[in-house]
Amino acid sequence: MDMAKLIEFRVNLLKERSSLLKHSVELVRGLKEAAIAVGQEIVKMTSNANSGHLGGSLSCVDILVALYFHQLNHNPRNPSWPGRDRFVLSKGHAAPALYGTLALSGCFPREELKTFRDIDSRLQGHPDNKKTPGVEISTGSLGQGLAVAVGMALGFKLAGKNNQVYALVGDGELDEGEIWEAAMFASHHKIVNITVLVDRNHGQNDGRTEEVMSIEPLAAKWASFGWKVFEVDGHNIKNILNVLDRSMENRSKPTVIIAQTVKGKGISFVEGNDDYHAKPLPKELVAQAIAELGKR
Amino acid sequence: MKNTINSPQLMSTRDAYGQVLVEIGKEQKNIVVLNADLSQSTRTSLFAETFPERFFNAGIAEQNMMGVAAGLATTGFIPVVSTLAIFAAGRAYDQVRNTIVHSGLNVKIVATHSGITMGKDGSSHQSIEDIALMRVIPDMTVIVPADALETKKALRATIEYKGPVYIRLGRPEIPVVTDEESPFVIGKADILRKGNDLSIIACGIMVFQALKAADVLVSQGIKARVINMHTIKPLDLEILFNAAKETGAILTAEDHSIIGGLGSAVLEALACKEPRPPVYRIGVRDVFGESGEPDDLIRKYGLSWKDIVKAAKEVLSLKEG
Repeated sequence: MDMAKLIEFRVNLLKERSSLLKHSVELVRGLKEAAIAVGQEIVKMTSNANSGHLGGSLSCVDILVALYFHQLNHNPRNPSWPGRDRFVLSKGHAAPALYGTLALSGCFPREELKTFRDIDSRLQGHPDNKKTPGVEISTGSLGQGLAVAVGMALGFKLAGKNNQVYALVGDGELDEGEIWEAAMFASHHKIVNITVLVDRNHGQNDGRTEEVMSIEPLAAKWASFGWKVFEVDGHNIKNILNVLDRSMENRSKPTVIIAQTVKGKGISFVEGNDDYHAKPLPKELVAQAIAELGKR
Repeated sequence: MKNTINSPQLMSTRDAYGQVLVEIGKEQKNIVVLNADLSQSTRTSLFAETFPERFFNAGIAEQNMMGVAAGLATTGFIPVVSTLAIFAAGRAYDQVRNTIVHSGLNVKIVATHSGITMGKDGSSHQSIEDIALMRVIPDMTVIVPADALETKKALRATIEYKGPVYIRLGRPEIPVVTDEESPFVIGKADILRKGNDLSIIACGIMVFQALKAADVLVSQGIKARVINMHTIKPLDLEILFNAAKETGAILTAEDHSIIGGLGSAVLEALACKEPRPPVYRIGVRDVFGESGEPDDLIRKYGLSWKDIVKAAKEVLSLKEG
């Protein structure tokens, strides 16, 4: 899909939001196409920059697309519209996934993705809210985004506003104590207008999560902190949409959705390959990777 | 200790903070206060009693408290965050640096119990590094009020200002040395004593000691200019360069390590100035403190007016030499 078509698609979605809530075949197909396009942009971005986190960006593309192209109430043509829902990318190293999604949803020109990690670019190695339209908060030092999202949700609650807050956290950054401080705070202060998605891709910088620092039983951990827990296949867009819908019903607790994902999803030689945690593809593999993503 | 300062009033800066926070809270409904299980100590309990719906206890979790404050700031509230200085600047440093200040958020961090004069809890709780830690962050503003009166004015100015600010307060009761009338402007220091023999540049609790020392020096024929450098960042370069030019000798005084604080900021600013005046620094000399009464600690660690008088003469001799 080219840029114009994607923006048109996005605008139509906003227009027909209510009628599309049933997750029509057309909607799911459109989101899949958007996810493919974002994935391909991630490969190009990290390859151009010769740096960046490929694996953990590809693992969360489907979630980001489901959020930005459907779930979030936002206006890409006016990213700072006060009535918008908020999204915090706590795993800031997945910046390529966020930038690709923001660009394709219309926050800034798709062309600009080429400048990722370059000098004078608005697209920093990790998200910088002062530079990039649509980025809500600077992240990158892991474990800090959830607290911010909780604070946002508390602010909306205090102000009596209906804005929803979403945060994507990596499974690796669940090692950080601040995540669990924030989890306690949210349930203690009865903050229910927040949805956290865990990108459970089972990998972190030094290897498999359960080898580096085991975090299971994860669902039970969140539940014991007072959160309502859902689980979903983080690469099945229809299921992601469904679980987001279900999670909005009868809110009495903060909500977490554990999304089972695969690092490097969609590229056979990157999937589950820990070498590509913080590394781009060698140039000679880029074309093949883009072709494979196109067949997702 | 004979009080030669014309003000018998004693009050801690944290008490003044607790009071003015309630006053401001009445005027501005967008003020919210966060604290980490130290509401009595930080005096935010007064706000909590008056505005329970706008007060949030984070428990003993300072890192999350800073993050929640950041989130609140993005929704239009003005969060005022309080804990002891050792935790605000130390424990939660990364959250202050990367989440609050990097994102340019309007969060006010008011840290109490700063310096060695926090007293009997001992060196684990005595923050002698917080000015250094906070002032090295780009875009951060760092304020150290000299007394209770100035604390109230500083908090008002801080709320008016848009952007992150660190205010450093103390635990002990100290004399009021500033007056009601003089305005408080962030980044604009005040001359409390005129003189051209040397300049004593002090902040916080040490302004009182500097004034006492100046009184003693006057009786010995030495006229010291006393500057209350209440804003460490941005530093008032105009008042500093004038002091360098007009008095030719500088002494800094702070309840903080001599590394990285006010003294360092002054030296950095003067580094390329010609002629460069001799600079002596009064402060904690790169050691951990210990338990004790504030007055005893001030004496033992070389922060008293007597130490200032002695150092003043030394720096003067360098000037004359």
